[in-house]
Formats: sequence, structure tokens, C-alpha cells
Amino acid sequence: MTNRLNLYKYSSPATFYALAGKMIPWFYGAAALLCIVGLYISFFLAPTDFQQSDAYRIIFIHVPASWMSMFIYIVMAVWAALGLAFNTRLSFMMASALAPTGAMLTFVSLWTGALWGKPTWGAWWVWDARLTSELILFFLYLGFMALQAAIDDPRRADRAGALIALVGVVNVPIIYFSVRWWNTLHQGASVSMTKAPSMAAIMLEGMLVMALAVWMYAIAASLSRVRSIILERERNSQWVAQLLETEI
Amino acid sequence: MSITQTVFVLLQRELMLAMRRRGDVLTVLFFFVIVASLFPLGVGPDPKLLRLMGGGVVWVAALLAAMLSLGRMFASDYADGTLEQLVLTPTPPVVWITGKIVAHWLVSGVPLILMAPVLGVQFGLSGDALAVLVFSLLLGTPVLSLIGAIGAALTLGLRGGGVLVSLLVLPLYIPVLIFGAGAVDGAMSGLGSEAHLSLLGGILILAFMLTPWAVSAALRISIE
Repeated sequence: MTNRLNLYKYSSPATFYALAGKMIPWFYGAAALLCIVGLYISFFLAPTDFQQSDAYRIIFIHVPASWMSMFIYIVMAVWAALGLAFNTRLSFMMASALAPTGAMLTFVSLWTGALWGKPTWGAWWVWDARLTSELILFFLYLGFMALQAAIDDPRRADRAGALIALVGVVNVPIIYFSVRWWNTLHQGASVSMTKAPSMAAIMLEGMLVMALAVWMYAIAASLSRVRSIILERERNSQWVAQLLETEI
Repeated sequence: MSITQTVFVLLQRELMLAMRRRGDVLTVLFFFVIVASLFPLGVGPDPKLLRLMGGGVVWVAALLAAMLSLGRMFASDYADGTLEQLVLTPTPPVVWITGKIVAHWLVSGVPLILMAPVLGVQFGLSGDALAVLVFSLLLGTPVLSLIGAIGAALTLGLRGGGVLVSLLVLPLYIPVLIFGAGAVDGAMSGLGSEAHLSLLGGILILAFMLTPWAVSAALRISIE
């Protein structure tokens, strides 16, 4: 019972603001550490690929960014659903704090994909199923953020954004499978990343460490963003006034 | 009033309003024709290329036209207070929302379907492909109205609502576009279009079951 009460305590923006402030340095630290380890593995320990030579090394940025971009959308939808179900303000704030990080990672994934595609496939962009669905995911993030930005009333912005995030997450599998089918019908399986020879274990390790690093970074970045959102929304409340007095 | 009566009265009202403002319906229809006619001017008059593109171009034009017409689904009722009265009626929102979406499809989707064969002939589609094009639009345009209703309800009364709706709704239209244009492609290449049409039908059933609930939630968010 006490445990449950403790958890509820942090659903209040005021207490969560302090908790997030304490957690952020740890997550940034973990992200930096994992990033150093991951980059060391990917640049010095991972062997050169005999087909793609050193160009493949962008995989250590590209794949973690793609994984996290999809994962963050799901997490965002979960926060949105929690907000709509329990009417907790903090859940909506978390959802809107996650969106820019997710969109940024989607963009990184598309950008690095283009940089990787040029030397290996000979084209910056191909209408591959994964690229196309990642692009659509980017549009979904943009739609979510544009809708929230267009609504002045924060309560309505929260709920409208949450609804569109949920509609999006229901559609993501349908979009993914339709794009995959469209792709195989139109251009044949000339370009396939799944048929690549099985990856060396050290490459996989590097990728996983980098994925963890991106994960930690995403948590830290969205926590610091949610802190700003809390301050902005609660600027007229007493605890923020007290906080400012003690900090100045 | 029973539920079927309510839907019937609502449909009657919507259709009468559309008849009074015929210009709105015709504008969307001509937009559809113009967008489709621009493509040959852009890519050149080669009949072989146009035949290949025809299905896809008509479908993209239908998508854009359907999106343009979303603005008036709820906006005028919201402005004059009808929407609030509808919310206050004892009829479940899902019922009258479904009625409004059906009316929107009758007014903006059906004219596109009737016009599509003419555009298909312009692109040199064969008789088989034309039939499949019409049938795929028959299954697909209701989905456009259904999904579009969510976007229309969420952007009710917002500044820049029109552009915003396109950003919200167009990514969600992609599966309909793929299967609709794919069906026409399949009919032309001889691969058959049954699979595409079945999937479109599946999407239609799914959308018909789920979207009225989402629209009702969206309207509640926008009105309060």
C-alpha cells in the first residue's frame, strides 16, 4: 500500500519536477558512458566488412536511431492512453516531451540511411519499405507536434494530441504492412538488408551498446524537456514561485 | 425518435444543405478533374507512360479532393451551434456521427466515383481496369471520409485548420492509396486485383467500426 502511494506521489508535476531534476544527470552520464564504449567498439573493435568496407559503420548510429524512433512513438502513445484514461496531466506532458526527441531520431535515421545508401546501393534514396515507413513515421510525429502547436488551450492540445497519437499507433502496423507489400510488388527484392551475411557478434554488441546509449539519451532529453513544460504550465502556481525564490 | 429515424432525418438534412450549396460539391469535383489533368501536362503525353500512371494519378487526385472537402464536415455546424445541439440530444454520438460521415461520403465521395471513369479514359485505361478503378474507389472513398472525420473533428475551429488536416490525415490515407492504386495496377498487368480489393474491404469494415468512436472522442475534446 505504501508503495502504491509513493508512485502516485510522483504523478504530481511538482514532485515529479524535483525527481526528474535528480534523475537527469544520471541518465546523461549513462548515455555518455555507453556512447563512448559503443563508439570504441564500432570504430576500433568491429572488423571491416568485406563487401561494404568501412561504409557500413554508420549502422552503429543508423540502427539504434531507427529502433528508438519507433519505440518512442509507442511509448508516447502509452503515455497518451494513460493520460486519457486517468486524466493525469503529467502523462500528457510526457507524451508531448517525447515527440521532438522521436522526430529528431527519425530524422537521424533517414539522414544516416541516405548517407549509407549512397556508397552501398548507389542512390541517396530508394523506395524501400523500411525507408518509406520511416518517412511516414516522421510525418506522424510532425502531425502530432503541429496539432499541439496549433491549439492554444493546453487542456485541449493535450487531449487532441493524445487522440491523434493513439489513432497513429493503431495505423502504424497497417501502414507498415501495406508499404511492404507495395514495395515487393513494385520493385522486386533487389535491395535487401535482411539477406546480408550474418553479423559478427562484436558488431551486434556495438549496435546494442549504442542502442542503450540512445535510449538513455532519449530519457534524459525528454525528462529535461518535461521539466520545462511543467514550469511553463505551472508558472502561476505557488510551488513554482517558491522554487524561483529559492533558486535565485 | 428511433435511431434509424434519427439517421434518416440527419441524412436528409445534410443532403438538402448540400443541394442548397451546390457550388461546394462542384468545386471539389472540378479540383479532382484539374489535378488529374495536370499530370499529363507535367510528365508528357506518352500514352504508354500515362496508362501505367493512370490508376495512381486518379487515386492521388481523389485523396486530395477528399481531404479538401473535410473542412465542411463539421465546421458550419460548429459555427452556428448545431453541433452542440447534436451533442445534447439523447441519441448516442456514434450514431449521428456515422450519419454525418455517410452524408459527407454521398456528397463528396460519390461524385468522384462517378467522374473517375472519364479521367481513366483520358489516361487510356482498359475496360477491365476502369471497372476495377470504380470498384476500388467505391470501397476506398468511404474510408477517406471516415478517417478524415477524425482530423476534421480535431482541428475544429483552429487557425490554419485546412493545412493542419492534411498533415494529420494524409499519412493515414497511405494504405488506402496503396491498395486502391494497386488494384488498378493488378487489373492492368493481369496479376488480378482480388487481393487488393479484399484488403480495401477489410480496411473499410475496420474503419467503419472504429472511427466513429474516435470522432466522438475528438468532438468532445474540441467542443468543451
